[in-house]
Amino acid sequence: MRNPWTHIATLRVLCVACAMLAGCNSLPDDAFKLPPTSLQDRQIQSRKFETPDDAMLLQAGAGVLQDLGYAIDESNVELGVLTASKRIDAKDPAQMATAILLGVLTGTPTPIDDEQTVRVCLVMQRSLENPEMSVARITIQRVIIDTQGRVTRAEAIDEPEIYRAFFDKLSKATFLEANEI
Amino acid sequence: MNIRIRALCTVLAASWLCVACANTQNKDIMAGGSQVELRSYQTRAFDTTDKTMMLRSVIATLQDLGFVIDKADEDLGAITGTKLKGYRIRMTVVVRPRGETQLLVRANAHYELEPIEDPQPYQDFFVALEKALFLTAHSVD
Repeated sequence: MRNPWTHIATLRVLCVACAMLAGCNSLPDDAFKLPPTSLQDRQIQSRKFETPDDAMLLQAGAGVLQDLGYAIDESNVELGVLTASKRIDAKDPAQMATAILLGVLTGTPTPIDDEQTVRVCLVMQRSLENPEMSVARITIQRVIIDTQGRVTRAEAIDEPEIYRAFFDKLSKATFLEANEI
Repeated sequence: MNIRIRALCTVLAASWLCVACANTQNKDIMAGGSQVELRSYQTRAFDTTDKTMMLRSVIATLQDLGFVIDKADEDLGAITGTKLKGYRIRMTVVVRPRGETQLLVRANAHYELEPIEDPQPYQDFFVALEKALFLTAHSVD
């Protein structure tokens, strides 16, 4: 039989190797480059409103976000910036079913997505082409953590329907039409 | 007996590691920030004095690059944003006047827990900012 200390030594070497590999993940080359989809992204995330009053639009945006249960984290009327966040449930029934099955098969509980923090950033600018119009742009991100408190996903949300839903609400709140840019 | 000695050694080694860790935790709190070279590629000068327009352009550029704005302060001229894309980048951009005719824009960013010290990402950021501004970014000494 081998000495148990040999196993521990091997385990230590493996741990160090894992830590080194984890430390090797470097900044992606395109992190600060405008993506090729930049224009389409901007179109999905922006709407034009027929008013020069960007402060009123920002206030209406704050109201819509509050209706949706968001708390305001940052606001700056002069720069037209509003950032808000909320923590919501991230449990996915399909993932839960798989986790239960895996748990039964392996005898150990499998962590599943538990909650997510969603952050919405709303920026209002006077239109460059027409100063009588304002442009609203939102960007949305989320961080999902699992039942063991680990981050499983940290990402931007880019489903167009989510953006459309926000602008529909903003449009109703301001009695103004949200036009695509 | 032999096993006891080994166990004692392990406990001692573990305690030593804890002490070492406590010291390394303080190591980076006031580290970095003095390299002139690093500051120069984090900084550009632009031929405009319109600080609000510059700050709004910085915000628009950060949004184009997928950032969410965490903080925006017009008086201080500071914008901070976070990008999440399987990784986390946090960036602060500060705008301040330079002489009578220019504005100085300084950016600094962290990728996960590490400061970004490679010139290329900053170069890419200023290229994107130039596009938003229709102005040329001048290198500063």
